[in-house]
Amino acid sequence: MKKILEVDDLHISFDTFAGKVQAIRGVSFDLYKGETLAIVGESGSGKSVTTRTIMRLLANNGHIDQGKILFKGEDLVHKTEREMQKIRGKEIAMIFQDPMTSLDPTMNIGNQVAESLRKHKKVSKKEALASALELLKLVGIPNAEQRLKNYPHQFSGGQRQRIVIAIALICYPEILIADEPTTALDVTIQAQIIELMKEIQQKIQTSIIFITHDLGVVANVADRVAVMYGGRIIEVGTSDEIFYHPQHPYTWGLLSSMPTLEMEENELYAIPGSPPDLLDPPKGDAFYPRNEYALKIDTLEAPPFFEVSPTHQAATWLLAPHAPKVTPPKEIVRRWRLYEQKTGLKQTALN
Amino acid sequence: MKNFLKYLLKRIFFMLITLWLIATVTFFLMKFLPGSPYVNQEKLSPEQIAILNKQAGLDRPVIEQYGIYLKNIVQGDFGTSFQFKNQPVAKLLVDRIGPSVQLGVQAIILGTLMGILLGVIAAMRQNTWVDTVATLVAILGRSIPNFVFAVLLQLLFAIKWQVLPIAKWDQGFISTILPTVALAMSPLADSARFIRTEMVEVLGSDYIELARAKGLSYWQVAFKHGLRNSLIPLITLLGPLAVSLMTGSLVVENIFAIPGIGEQFVKSILTNDYPTIMAVTLLFSTMLVVVILIVDILYGLVDPRIRVSGGSET
Amino acid sequence: MEQTQLNVKQFSADSFEPLIHAERESREKIVAPSLTFLQDSWRRLKKNKGAVISLFILIAVAVIAFGSIWVSPHDPTKQNVKYINLPPKIPGVSLDGFNGTALIGGQRVDKYAQANVPEQVHFYLGTDGLGRDLLSRLLMGTRVSLIIAIIAALLDLSIGVTYGMISGMKGGKVDNVMQRVLEVLSGIPNLVVMILMLTIFEPGMTSIILAMIVTGWITMARIVRAQALKIKDQEYVMAARTLGESSSKIALKHVLPNISGVIIVQMMFSIPSAIFFEAFLGFIGLGLRPPAASLGTLLNEGYKTFRFLPHLMWAPAITLSVIMVCFNLLADGLRDAFDPKMKD
Repeated sequence: MKKILEVDDLHISFDTFAGKVQAIRGVSFDLYKGETLAIVGESGSGKSVTTRTIMRLLANNGHIDQGKILFKGEDLVHKTEREMQKIRGKEIAMIFQDPMTSLDPTMNIGNQVAESLRKHKKVSKKEALASALELLKLVGIPNAEQRLKNYPHQFSGGQRQRIVIAIALICYPEILIADEPTTALDVTIQAQIIELMKEIQQKIQTSIIFITHDLGVVANVADRVAVMYGGRIIEVGTSDEIFYHPQHPYTWGLLSSMPTLEMEENELYAIPGSPPDLLDPPKGDAFYPRNEYALKIDTLEAPPFFEVSPTHQAATWLLAPHAPKVTPPKEIVRRWRLYEQKTGLKQTALN
Repeated sequence: MKNFLKYLLKRIFFMLITLWLIATVTFFLMKFLPGSPYVNQEKLSPEQIAILNKQAGLDRPVIEQYGIYLKNIVQGDFGTSFQFKNQPVAKLLVDRIGPSVQLGVQAIILGTLMGILLGVIAAMRQNTWVDTVATLVAILGRSIPNFVFAVLLQLLFAIKWQVLPIAKWDQGFISTILPTVALAMSPLADSARFIRTEMVEVLGSDYIELARAKGLSYWQVAFKHGLRNSLIPLITLLGPLAVSLMTGSLVVENIFAIPGIGEQFVKSILTNDYPTIMAVTLLFSTMLVVVILIVDILYGLVDPRIRVSGGSET
Repeated sequence: MEQTQLNVKQFSADSFEPLIHAERESREKIVAPSLTFLQDSWRRLKKNKGAVISLFILIAVAVIAFGSIWVSPHDPTKQNVKYINLPPKIPGVSLDGFNGTALIGGQRVDKYAQANVPEQVHFYLGTDGLGRDLLSRLLMGTRVSLIIAIIAALLDLSIGVTYGMISGMKGGKVDNVMQRVLEVLSGIPNLVVMILMLTIFEPGMTSIILAMIVTGWITMARIVRAQALKIKDQEYVMAARTLGESSSKIALKHVLPNISGVIIVQMMFSIPSAIFFEAFLGFIGLGLRPPAASLGTLLNEGYKTFRFLPHLMWAPAITLSVIMVCFNLLADGLRDAFDPKMKD
């Protein structure tokens, strides 16, 4: 498969009055054409900052200290603002979290959807509105013709998110970044929006970066999953690998804290403690203070990626040759067993 | 539409109550004034005063005088001025309304346009020296009383550099420049500060980020989405601006010797010309309530959120 | 994905032993001390240099203005026809304009010598047309203006808060009626009310203060009502209500403390506005009657002769402007400090 985006060793920091916050501390990942990559992590883990950086929409106090973002072979880090404006909305588009606030209340939706097209392609206002209408139909706005002239407040939350999706898609971008697109919606609407995104991906062959803190949503949409913690990716693999063969204790924690049908009522797990202070990140592995499987070396040195399979890497010292064999939580053992059945691979780590 | 009419009628009703209240209070305040209207004039015998009182209807019961007074002001008759004998107040004021309106309109246009510009630049260049300078200008404009500012302008432009006339209203547009600038200071400061706050809030909103994600440039976003959303609430500032213009006109017209309402008002106050004081009081109050009403209607017209729901919410 | 093949052998085997619990906990502590609302606001206000400097200037101005009741360079109301219209003279300063000389027909003349002023007598800011010391009058005027503004602001506050709280807390019909009253009153230009009041009552401190508060409290009432309505529906107020606390107790114990920031800010904005109106009224001739002085009456007197003796106007004008700028900066700073949205 063809790589469309390569993020390499990205470091991002923010100047705040309390000091320098190292929000992203060496993030690398690839995005392939037509795939959906989910980036999962709790708030503050740096997932939104990463995608804002790809769009080069960081707040003024944010800096890219190091790293490369290669999009079709060109490094976005060194693009000028003017060059980025040609890419934003046209080749890389974005869907935001809260549909209630992401539409301009004083502009009708026809113009809001058409705006990006008029910016990037030489089309007349009429043509742009015709395309906008087409897109609004595609995302499932009923009576789209009559509603072009309506204002955002006349739509429900789910409809507004559909409009936001239409705005993002109007130039048929190669990459669609969806920043928690379902978090602010009701559960039933969430499912509809996820279905819509899958459908549209089929139709227009775009690559999607799907940011979420909700693993349940991920299972439905993602081809691959990257788990972020404390400004780093700590585990990346295919959906199956992350869900059924996770290696990092943080991923274990995340999966154990997600209710499943098989689980006993009182088994639900909560990861203790709170996310690391990125003003002064821990010297070793950022997760060790909350990690019950932590090793002494975790306090000294951040773990490198250890390869589990060609598509699956995890940054935990537990995978080092010297590391003691530990038994993961019950829920994870159950998942490992399912993975063994599925793939026929014998897991040496078990027992 | 029906809702809107109902709303409009209700508002006009309360507006009339306000005006009636002001008219009534001023009338009775005047009744309790010590002395008679003629104390400032040449010595009159008690008989002469009685005749004058009869002519003016002052010998009738107070309640009847009140009725006549209300009837007269509805017809636009405010009686005759004490200061300029036999000059009807209404005529006195009508002659003077032109310069005041011209100055007020010029000042509000100059002030709000400059204020918007300053506010937008400050918000776009937040926390840079540009912002600091704009904020400083706004603070000074708000803090330095316009009469001090007016005198300063006179001193610099008319006395020191002698490029503009010091006062009077006889050289057309040239003579309106200094008073307009002096009067524009407080609308400028108020609107700059207002627009800056609004813009900063709007620029931080999600739809601005989405507009940026569409590939629009920073300034395109600011003007197409930012300014539009910040200007709508600026309409609410028109009421306070009108008040500050009225206040300002009293001193500015005086300092620049402009034959306007404000200058007349101050003269009337100093000469106890009660009919004129009352008329200007009512005139100013009417202007204010009308402006407030227009502001509310305008707000309903330009904000789509209120517009579609029928304008009943304000 | 690039595979980082770190040489794990560089770490000793025992570093791969499990970590003991206690070592972990050392990192798990809350670093920032908890602050009360006022401490927190004060911390933020201190960061605003303009506001802090303004606060100090205002304190200094107030101390000097009130101190001059006991220590005044000269008697502010004593007239002396021999010493009229003297220019400023500051001992030790030979700068023209501050050395007691004036230009008369192109010649620099020592006015103090002309008027036979004794060597040790100085009028730092000169004297006015009645031979009174301008500095002493300025101190007196500043004091009077501050007193008027602060009393007016305090009265606005008490009336406005009471009205707003009752309207907001009672709600329903009472609120509706009280709102209509406010609506009618707010249509009256405050300037007109002040002028009417002062044409009828003899201008004096009491009548000026009264004139200012007739409409001055309305803004405060509106703000307090809006805030009270908002806070009334908060869970903690509901909780207090379900526990059977009386309405007035809820208003005093739960609502008032939570809107104190807004009230303080509004009051800080109404002080400069009152100072302005006092000066304005004084300037148009409706101020205090001589020999009393306020910044407004000093401006009025100074303006009459400002083409020949500009310092008589500039001294009160600059004083007034500095006080206004400081109050506005301080009020802005307080507003930002109390605004939880700005919390970082």
